[in-house]
Amino acid sequence: MIELDAIDRRLLRALAGDATQSAGALGRRFGLSQPAAWRRIRRMQDGGVIRGRRLRLDAAALGFGVTVFLGVKLARKGQVSLEDFERAVSAIPEVQTVEHVLGMYDYRLRVVARDLADFERVLRRRIMALPGAGDVDANVLLSEERRPGPIG
Amino acid sequence: MNETIILDDTDRRILRQFQAAPDLGTADLAGRAGVTPATCWRRLERMQACGVILAQEAVIDWAALGYAVEVSLRVTLDKTQPRAFDEFLAHAREIPEVLELQTFIGRVDVRLSLIARDMRHYQQLYRDRILVLPHIADIEALMHIARVKSDEALPV
Repeated sequence: MIELDAIDRRLLRALAGDATQSAGALGRRFGLSQPAAWRRIRRMQDGGVIRGRRLRLDAAALGFGVTVFLGVKLARKGQVSLEDFERAVSAIPEVQTVEHVLGMYDYRLRVVARDLADFERVLRRRIMALPGAGDVDANVLLSEERRPGPIG
Repeated sequence: MNETIILDDTDRRILRQFQAAPDLGTADLAGRAGVTPATCWRRLERMQACGVILAQEAVIDWAALGYAVEVSLRVTLDKTQPRAFDEFLAHAREIPEVLELQTFIGRVDVRLSLIARDMRHYQQLYRDRILVLPHIADIEALMHIARVKSDEALPV
């Protein structure tokens, strides 16, 4: 675990919004030299705080009008291997995230589809057909907001 | 902005490769997508300009910052209160440890993604910040164990 000071936090927050900003530009913004900004960013990368980059696309503009969060319970626990389920579910292109959770469900999935009919197809043909898939709880996403987290 | 933007096969190939490896520079990305760097650059510019590519974000690993606990809180609101959604969300936004807020049609009304340093910290947040949020009818927690797939790629 690495400790961040106030300047690191500002850099991190800026990069979480736009990772393409150069060390020079960020340095000018926060009153650091280019090498000083670069060293701080490098330290956060090496320390694993910055795990990499992610491309954020406009799903609706690309024709994906529906996002559904699914809670999936495994049927016949003990007879299904978690690895098999995880491998199969991760291979479905419409499944964007897979999280193993503890509680009412075993897995939480984020699924995109073109529309509700397309979602039904994905749910029936791909997700319900997975080895071990049992009860499924679906919630259709209406709005989403991401917050900067405790680095403000 | 709700109109679907028409992309051709080249755009899609570039997006697929870029989603799979967002750290790549334009030259390497062009190589993987089988186009010239100039074409790749032009296509990316266009997709950024028309809003298909919204951003390239640095992904923060909260565990590396000491936040070992991640919980998904699924909240049902008291919908007899007309401003239940707005008031709940406005207050939830004030909690720094809340990373995501989503609203749904379904059994669950709102979902919060919450991080905490450890179980004690989580318990404290849950009691002092979450349970005092307005208009909660029911709340259930899913404790995060492992992230199996997290690229959030779209199947373009």
